[in-house]
Amino acid sequence: MKVLVPVKRVIDYNVKVRVKADGSGVDLANVKMSMNPFDEIAVEEAIRLKEAGKADEVVAVSIGVKQAQETLRTALAMGADRAILVIAAEDVHTDVEPLAVAKIIKGIVDEEQPGLVLCGKQAIDNDMNATGQMLAALLGWSQGTFASEVDIEGDTAKVTREVDGGLQTISVKMPTVVTVDLRLNEPRYASLPNIMKAKKKPLDEKTAADYGVDVTPRLEVVSTVEPAARAAGEIVGSVDELVTKLKEAGAI
Amino acid sequence: MKHLSDNYQDIRDGVRALCAQFPAEYHRNVDEEKAYPEDFVDALTREGWMAALIPQDYGGSGLGLAEASVIMEEINRAGGNSGACHGQMYNMTTLVRHGSEAQREAYLPKIAAGELRLQSMGVTEPTTGTDTTKIKTTAVKQGDRYVINGQKVWISRVQHSDFMILLARTTPLAEVSKKSEGLSIFLVDIKEAMKDGMAVKPIDNMVNHETNELFFDNLEIPEDNLIGEEGKGFKYILTGLNAERTLIAAECIGDGYWFTDKVTAYVSDRQVFGRPIGQNQGVQFPIAEAFIEVEAANLMRWKACGLYDAGQPCGAEANMAKYLAAKASWEAANACLQFHGGFGFANEYDVERKFRETRLYQVAPISTNLILSYVAEHILGLPRSF
Ligand SMILES: Cc1cc2nc3c(=O)[nH]c(=O)nc-3n(C[C@H](O)[C@H](O)[C@H](O)COP(=O)(O)OP(=O)(O)OC[C@H]3O[C@@H](n4cnc5c(N)ncnc54)[C@H](O)[C@@H]3O)c2cc1C
Repeated sequence: MKVLVPVKRVIDYNVKVRVKADGSGVDLANVKMSMNPFDEIAVEEAIRLKEAGKADEVVAVSIGVKQAQETLRTALAMGADRAILVIAAEDVHTDVEPLAVAKIIKGIVDEEQPGLVLCGKQAIDNDMNATGQMLAALLGWSQGTFASEVDIEGDTAKVTREVDGGLQTISVKMPTVVTVDLRLNEPRYASLPNIMKAKKKPLDEKTAADYGVDVTPRLEVVSTVEPAARAAGEIVGSVDELVTKLKEAGAI
Repeated sequence: MKHLSDNYQDIRDGVRALCAQFPAEYHRNVDEEKAYPEDFVDALTREGWMAALIPQDYGGSGLGLAEASVIMEEINRAGGNSGACHGQMYNMTTLVRHGSEAQREAYLPKIAAGELRLQSMGVTEPTTGTDTTKIKTTAVKQGDRYVINGQKVWISRVQHSDFMILLARTTPLAEVSKKSEGLSIFLVDIKEAMKDGMAVKPIDNMVNHETNELFFDNLEIPEDNLIGEEGKGFKYILTGLNAERTLIAAECIGDGYWFTDKVTAYVSDRQVFGRPIGQNQGVQFPIAEAFIEVEAANLMRWKACGLYDAGQPCGAEANMAKYLAAKASWEAANACLQFHGGFGFANEYDVERKFRETRLYQVAPISTNLILSYVAEHILGLPRSF
């Protein structure tokens, strides 16, 4: 079985996000970018499936600017076998929307015929949580979202989902799209020899046009604002004082 | 802070991810216990970082000093101390470039696999200090062995290494035409040597740096352990010394960024007189100045790396990079400690530890004065003072 793992290049989770002066979005010029953390978990899961003998090839794919090449090299250094970069934007500030991404991935699925697509449940930049679901719909495949456990047995996959009320385990028919949640695994980091090997692994470059997909945005960002600053706290001397203050504030 | 990625981003990310498993608390505890960061060095070895300079044919990654310097920089930038393991990096090229094929085959694959460590270099002696060509440790050929006698001081990581590269005189100073001739370098099997002929006496010191006095009393080593030709050791040891200086420059640069990041965050947050202390120019300027100096030192570090990796002479650049970087990191350390106020002295902030660690590099591996004298006399051609 071949596993396809879409990975997104996003602002590094350690970076303090700054809103652009014109409110059109977040400033991404000269900012450290990394692989979306949920996608790292998806790559890790795919590699583990390969190590367990359940998958024979792991293909990483990224859709976006040319620099997403670095994100794919990271996936290759972790252990993916090859990569496909679909250039669909020139400016680092252009975010290719979930529907366009899903359509491009569908094009790749048609060509590559994977048995499983493992996506992150959402990208930490705009938290859309949509691409995996849209892809499943476009393909007419089953889907298992928010996975904290994935168990593949022949024609079916057992996916444990993290839902509000607790854990839900479903059985889906293969091929399937699974979107992964935080607790599925702890992704490995790349060793130096694997970083060196990754430089030599194949990385194909395509464009959105190769898949006949129009990436023109359909959504309009009306405004982007910083979260409200947190008001300063106060140190209290005792439990009694704390209770008094909380009562004063009407909190209890 | 603004992020400009360079050609080494993959290496930086890899080292950072590893270092993230060893938070500040880990390094603080190692320092407090005066222990060796065994787990950390093991992880670096297991993940292939300590074999960066070993050619691919021998199981390493075949990278250059530039990449090695990025590894060291990132360790220090992440709050660690490369001093625990940089010896293997700076020794490596000496063995790779000047060792025989038999020596490369015997040692490099085992070092790459993490079975052996080559972390020590024995140059400094108590009675001659920086005047290296006057060293008194001798190696006398007897049959198929060399017999070593003498004494070394400040020899680091001996208790955490399997091999050491040792500099000793093979032809007496009086019998050579140039004082840099008649010196040779040897691979010493430390555990064997400690059984008979070499005594190791640890030196308690200001930084948590495992360093020792060594006493040689008729230590016998096989002639096969001579690296390169007898009498040409001074030239070979410079390969290690220039690498060491450049790597330490990179470590200081990592420290420098650690200090400027740490202090910038602190002064932006700390409120005194109703505003962040970082709003005062008296606070801003020393930090900005240190940052400028770190950035400038970084340029000289790349120049030294470039020349070294091209096999060109780089003594001047390696020394100047080390000079600039050690000075910059020290100024950054000073600003960082100063603007943390009293809190800078509390161990839990890590500032005092990093402050002590970076201070070393004004003295070792070569003191600032000796770099100035090298530049004055060898680069500018001023009259020799010694
Ligand atoms: C923690 C630590 C680890 C070390 N690890 C190693 C190691 O692994 N291997 C190794 O071989 N060595 C090691 N060293 C030794 C280190 O390289 C030396 O300490 C350093 O080169 C200075 O030599 P010295 O201590 O003999 O000082 P000296 O040469 O005695 O110099 C003392 C001071 O006098 C100044 N001075 C001397 N001569 C002149 C002059 N002509 N003009 C102006 N000023 C001068 C120097 O600049 C210096 O400030 C280590 C040292 C330390 C502290």
